Amino acid sequence: MTMLGDRQQLAYIASQAADARVNVELETEGMTLNIGPQHPATHGTLRIIARLDGEQVVWAEPSCGYMHRGYEKLAEVRTFPQVTALVNRIDWLGSFANEVPFILAAEELMGIEAPPRAQWIRTILFELSRIANVSLFLGDLGVQLGAITPVFFAFRDREYVLNLIEGATGGRFHPNFDRIGGLKDDLPAGFIDETRVVMRKMRKFCDEIEGLLFGNEIFEARTRGIGVIPRDLALQYGLSGANLRGSGVDWDLRRDQKLPMAWDKVDWKVWTHPDGDSYARCWIRLQEVRESTLIVEKLLDSLPSGPVMAKVPRIIKVPEGEAWVSTENPLGEMGYYVVSKGELGPFRVKIRSASFNNISIVPWLLKGVYVPDIITILASLYFILGDIDR
Amino acid sequence: MLGLIADVSYWTQSLLRVFGGIVAILLPAGTIVYVFLFKMMSFMQSRLGPMEAGPFGSLQLFAEVGKWLQKEDLYPERADRFIFKMAPLIVLSSTFLLVAVVPFGPDAWFTNFEAGVFYALAVSSVSVLGILIAGWASANKYSLLGGLRAAGQLIAYELPMVLAVVGVVIQAGTMNLQQIVVAQNTGSIFGWAGLGNPYILTQCVGFVIFMIAVQAELTQAPFDMPIAESELVSGYMTEYSGFRFLIFFIGEFATAGVFAFIASVLFLGGWGVPFSWFGWTSIDSIDNWMNVVGPLIMFTKMMLLVFVIMWVRFSYPRFREDQLQRFAWKSLIPLSLVNIMATSVLKVAF
Amino acid sequence: MAKVPGLLKGLGVTLGTMVETITKGANTVQYPHEKETPPIRSRGVIALHEGNCTSCMLCARSCPDWCIYIEGHKELAPPRRAGGKPRQVNKLDRFDIDYALCMYCGICVEVCPFDALFWSPEYEYSEPRIADLLHDKAKLGEWMETVPEAPELEAGAEKKSKK
Repeated sequence: MTMLGDRQQLAYIASQAADARVNVELETEGMTLNIGPQHPATHGTLRIIARLDGEQVVWAEPSCGYMHRGYEKLAEVRTFPQVTALVNRIDWLGSFANEVPFILAAEELMGIEAPPRAQWIRTILFELSRIANVSLFLGDLGVQLGAITPVFFAFRDREYVLNLIEGATGGRFHPNFDRIGGLKDDLPAGFIDETRVVMRKMRKFCDEIEGLLFGNEIFEARTRGIGVIPRDLALQYGLSGANLRGSGVDWDLRRDQKLPMAWDKVDWKVWTHPDGDSYARCWIRLQEVRESTLIVEKLLDSLPSGPVMAKVPRIIKVPEGEAWVSTENPLGEMGYYVVSKGELGPFRVKIRSASFNNISIVPWLLKGVYVPDIITILASLYFILGDIDR
Repeated sequence: MLGLIADVSYWTQSLLRVFGGIVAILLPAGTIVYVFLFKMMSFMQSRLGPMEAGPFGSLQLFAEVGKWLQKEDLYPERADRFIFKMAPLIVLSSTFLLVAVVPFGPDAWFTNFEAGVFYALAVSSVSVLGILIAGWASANKYSLLGGLRAAGQLIAYELPMVLAVVGVVIQAGTMNLQQIVVAQNTGSIFGWAGLGNPYILTQCVGFVIFMIAVQAELTQAPFDMPIAESELVSGYMTEYSGFRFLIFFIGEFATAGVFAFIASVLFLGGWGVPFSWFGWTSIDSIDNWMNVVGPLIMFTKMMLLVFVIMWVRFSYPRFREDQLQRFAWKSLIPLSLVNIMATSVLKVAF
Repeated sequence: MAKVPGLLKGLGVTLGTMVETITKGANTVQYPHEKETPPIRSRGVIALHEGNCTSCMLCARSCPDWCIYIEGHKELAPPRRAGGKPRQVNKLDRFDIDYALCMYCGICVEVCPFDALFWSPEYEYSEPRIADLLHDKAKLGEWMETVPEAPELEAGAEKKSKK
């Protein structure tokens, strides 16, 4: 709790204490409310079982698995190129970012490294998928809090980013563009100029969202001091991504880890916020979209020339071994533990997806909040059902 | 319907009144839905809105109504069926009762009685009953939460609304809506009668409070806690489908129109133009054409006010209901009490 | 400069967008009346160049959800030179792709060693019944006409792409 401001810390303690007192004095029978599996606030099929006292949550528990697709098992009976097509569908809003850690793990096992141009393009597409993903979060945040307009702005401007991704990879949502040893293809002509235009549009979108939501006093009243995650608790629950940085932990795998990617080749900033409340988490995501547009522009400036594919055999057999690679995906840390026995496909794949860990803190966070705050907290934690259930 | 037709028989009069009431409810409601909900909202979100049904989608509302009428009239198994079916009608009847006292011209009114303001504020709270029993009878937890939130909110915002109107009543010295219109249009600002004296100038605090309270009474964002589609799915309307949902839907926008009518009567000078423009001295000397122009003026003012209501609705996120109650009881009500006090002091002083 | 209250700023954003939409037009594309052209690489539908297919089954085997059905038989073709031995060729009897199952991953197009499969950006082939999405080789051959040339590559790229 050390990173919280004094005022917020006191308010938080006072509200928790007041809630406890009310609960003892006015003990009533209560009501169990099933939020989901079909509910507009759960982004899919998450179910939250909440026991209410009036409008106050006494106890809450997320129940996931309604969309479990068994990717870890499916990966065992498929070849490496086929698994790439599968893992696209884990976090469906930022699909390209799902491929990268898996491919990097396979490359590590094979002992090859993609050529520099491929690394650059991978990083550019990775950041584009982050922009596409998080900009939709910024719009959806408005819908969760009752403002209907931002989500249309988000869909409008995300379309430009998706068009870029489609132009380069052929797929809007499921690019399947990464290959072991590089990329399927080089960028099409005109991509660089178009990307620069779109990045300016995305920064304008961020300004609009900031004017429409983040400066709004009602929005601040709804998010400030709601769902405070103290720093040490965020670490204990294994949160990652903006949820962790929102609690004041300066931790970003793009910077803190040495990977054959191009992030360390340009200057950029890791945003943190000391408050740890819903506002901090949302604010960090807004700043990260801005930062990503800058990263993309800087990478385009320094794009090296050369091949995009290393020398790899036509039929890929990954040598025996184990590898763990994780990257900072739009939702947080996403990693693959790949075990290979020298076959065409992996022997075992363990997928560590960010959202599953991020929602583990939900029962702790929801204790004592009001029903509307459930929605605020779930929206600010930002999970994607495909990423929880895999 | 009109004071003009005082000679015809009672039943013809009544029929005309009912017909006029339906026009005065449905015409604004349809216009509001098309102009603001379909088109203005779309433009604010940089899209086009409905374009296929009729030119620029102007017949979209008829298509929607046709769709709703075809749908099955569903009710939950454990719902209290009679009450469940009755609830939307209660909500709509409140709107009809409300429009009865609104004057649209010197002789164009449905009924003109002394306690018009009092009556309007009283019947506007009938809709709370409809919403509350809709929430209760649905046998659904989300509906129950929505209905209870609606009851709490509507009752809380009834009070600032009443108190905001008190300022107008003090200044006009009457509770008759027709006389309030006349008082505004015959008044003068420091001896200059070119604009009359619309009470929005002297009662600007009251006007802002009234509009905020209207926003809350209509359960429009930022006060749409009872509906809150992202948390309570649709609050008290969750279980309604087809025709009954249509009544709720039309009722919502018709009430928006009627409240805007009342606000324009109380604060913007209603149907009238400043009497000095045409040399009228009292309500009896007004030319007959005002009975045609008056409703048009009212309609324009209504559209202006609804534009503001909808503009706010499409831009803001919603409050939490404890913040909403705090706002009503801690800010609006004290402010309106101060406003009343200031008004009465100034009334006595001048 | 004094800070504009956030509430007013939000109203300004929506009003500005409304004015922009009215004066400059919306971003909407009225789909059936006007159509956007998808990018050249867009993965719309898989087209089959039947003459190139040797029914080697590589695509059917590499498909992650096994939605390609191939049947073929061997037959003797007349010899290339007069007096030579008749050649044995693979004739394709059936080449069906079930687009209800296809994930549009493009692995089949990539593994094909004889350039018989191509991506076409064509996207208007929806069917009222899900079973009708199983398209045979005649239909897949028709889509060959819509296959575009591979796009030019961005500056600094090394080699021409194959497809």
